[in-house]
Amino acid sequence: MSLILSNKAGEKAILLGNEAIVRGALESGVGFTSTYPGTPSSEIGDTFAAVAKDAGIYFEYSTNEKVAFEAAVGAALSGIRSLVSFKQFGLNVASDSFMPAIYAGVKAGLVVIVADDPNCWSSGQSEQDSRYYARMAHVPMLEPSDPQECKDFTKLAFELSEKFKMPILIRTTTRVSHTKGIVKFGNVVKGKTKGEFDRNSIRFRSFPPQILETHRELHEKLKKMKELAERSEMSFVVNENKKAETGIITFGASFNYVMDSLNILDLDFPVLKLGITYPLPESKIKNFIKNLKTVFVVEELEDVIEEKITELAKDANPKIKIYGKDLLPVSGELNVEIVSTALMKITVTGVKNKINKINLKDHLEKFNKLKIPARKPMLCPGCPHRATFYAAKAAAGTDAIYGGDIGCYILGIFPPLETQDFIFSMGANVGVVHGMKKVSASNRKAIIFLGDSTFFHAGIPGIVNILYNKSNPLIIILDNRITAMTGHQPNPSMGKTGMGESVEEISIENVVKGLGIKNVKTVDPFNVKEMIASIREFLNNDGPSVIIAKKECRLLTMRRARKEGFKLPIFEIDQRKCKKSGVCLDQIGCPAITRENGVYKIEKDLCNGCSLCFQICPNKAIHVAKEIEKGKAK
Amino acid sequence: MMKDSKDFNLVIAGVGGQGILTLANIVAEAALREGYDIKTSELHGLSQRGGPIPCHVRFGKKIYSSIVMEGQADLVVGLEPLEALRVSYYGSKERKTVFVFDTWRIVPSSILTQKEAYPSVKEIENKLNDFSSKAVCLNASEIAKKEAKSVVYTNIYLLGYCVGKKFIPLKKDSIIEGMKAVIPEKYFEMNRKIFELGMKKS
Repeated sequence: MSLILSNKAGEKAILLGNEAIVRGALESGVGFTSTYPGTPSSEIGDTFAAVAKDAGIYFEYSTNEKVAFEAAVGAALSGIRSLVSFKQFGLNVASDSFMPAIYAGVKAGLVVIVADDPNCWSSGQSEQDSRYYARMAHVPMLEPSDPQECKDFTKLAFELSEKFKMPILIRTTTRVSHTKGIVKFGNVVKGKTKGEFDRNSIRFRSFPPQILETHRELHEKLKKMKELAERSEMSFVVNENKKAETGIITFGASFNYVMDSLNILDLDFPVLKLGITYPLPESKIKNFIKNLKTVFVVEELEDVIEEKITELAKDANPKIKIYGKDLLPVSGELNVEIVSTALMKITVTGVKNKINKINLKDHLEKFNKLKIPARKPMLCPGCPHRATFYAAKAAAGTDAIYGGDIGCYILGIFPPLETQDFIFSMGANVGVVHGMKKVSASNRKAIIFLGDSTFFHAGIPGIVNILYNKSNPLIIILDNRITAMTGHQPNPSMGKTGMGESVEEISIENVVKGLGIKNVKTVDPFNVKEMIASIREFLNNDGPSVIIAKKECRLLTMRRARKEGFKLPIFEIDQRKCKKSGVCLDQIGCPAITRENGVYKIEKDLCNGCSLCFQICPNKAIHVAKEIEKGKAK
Repeated sequence: MMKDSKDFNLVIAGVGGQGILTLANIVAEAALREGYDIKTSELHGLSQRGGPIPCHVRFGKKIYSSIVMEGQADLVVGLEPLEALRVSYYGSKERKTVFVFDTWRIVPSSILTQKEAYPSVKEIENKLNDFSSKAVCLNASEIAKKEAKSVVYTNIYLLGYCVGKKFIPLKKDSIIEGMKAVIPEKYFEMNRKIFELGMKKS
């Protein structure tokens, strides 16, 4: 039985922030959980997937975040405590339903987790600050700092959700979601999993004039919520000192950087740590700043709290000096270096310019002088996407438009593949390429890459539009039989649900044929010749075309090989035949292929036997080294 | 003495798939057994696909941030030489940082396609000296390959070496308990064997 399900109240365990959220939900009697995977939120869904059966609750990977949210609303309207989680862009996808659902409210608790990613560690499309959603949707927001708070705040969010009859938003950031720390367990509460929707309740019929009334009511709820925030122990003062001249207001991951900075600089400024960050406990804040000369607002990304505190200070302490984004970056995440450097600037005494005897600036300069060659993330050795990208470029050349999308295949952005000309959001390339095709006077060739999960997530409406409004791009669906980038979650085309149950596979080929696309073909991308020929042929079609590049994610193949004991080839380069064309390295960029002093080599430990290099070597210098049961030695 | 100087800061560097998280989890579980507060930091998703993924482990009386501060690492374990160099940011002479790294190079194809050079191990060792009180280079992967037929045991060999050298202020028994908590049972004996070899080397 998983540790997450342990029923030893009082037991301490090391949990990831995301796992602690799951534990909090289990201690709250959650009955229904849903998600669409996205880093840094993915482990919430994956942990539910792992324990749902044993916990006797329901979990699903939904088609996309909007559907995941709607499903959780449906369960909550039927009296079942529900939790839905996604990354920041997932909330964008869900937002159309999110706004009215806040108006309508819920019957049982509904907790929505949104995970932001300051510094874009894993989501490169924008450095979105999802705190604005709380304000736009009038929904309370809680922001935990560590795994223990992830658990505690989740429990509290369920209580608040039922008290105020509205969904509650918990926002994490990468450093909260992906930090492990000690969590003290409470009791797991067996949740209710069956309930009925009461169709006699009119409050869910979002429609004027009822909705205007609900809007007013929502503001009333927020007022009451604010009163609760004033009293809540979730916001507290550390180093309380009525005579202090400088104070700090912070929350979330930034709180940790503040505490470490104070410790390192040997300062004892009072710190107001906020737990509920919307609505803000305004009286508490006013009370905190009223006798200070200086307050430092430490927050990542936008100046959401600083702006509000500036407003509150006009009334509470007009002479106070407020520091915030003038000392902190709006882009990227914070850390102890940044916060302590800022603190050194505002301390009147300015006693220290060294931290633990280190001059940070000199140290950083010395580090930057090292000029360390970058290691960019790459498609794995043997990844079928590499073969598809190679074939696409071989067939369509460098003038064609390559519409990029979100998934492992985003790594096609880097040389030598370079097949991701623009990337906006999931499925966006279908619409964008359609627009480009409509205005292109030269009928320029264009290829749209969509993953299997992305096809279901947001690809279909764009494809319908291409058909209906008549453009003719080639859509290549990279069907690697899994949602790979976020950690191998199942999707509708693979015949398995999030709870591991079997279900009929939804055939991508049948769906696109059903829409009315005439040119449809499924090709194995490891058959390089056929792939190139198919792409070439389909690019010349008058109407839209779809090629399904169907090949299992190589990591799964490797895993199956280990488990089932089947053999995969390993390739090597015959140095007598190698004429140093460089094709194997310079055109496909496989991490298993190296060049040192002009000699090309395949690293046997890294080769996953896809045969792409073997097929494209112009000098036939690559051959199978030996058959081994790769990985079985472990 | 600064108040935080009792905190122990460990950075583990390498490339996705080298067992970085396993190593971090073992040390964290061991520290839990000795009653410390713990924070570890890890990255998932995009950064995992062959990219560098440093993992941080901090333990002490009370730990806030999960990320080690610039120049404040006590120990850096590098499963790959270039990645050890990349996290030299966290090391310093002042903190008396120790670097222990393996010689097995995973040459990034991104640098090959851009015709950059991979520095020699000697060069890396020299550069690390500027950010440490000591930089130890080991052939752990060779030993792992020879003794366990797989490079995946490199991390455990390095762990054994660091524990033997007392570079990690935790008891051997706690580390073994940590290994039991983290490593699947069927792989435990082999891991234990490699761990002991690492300890012996020290």
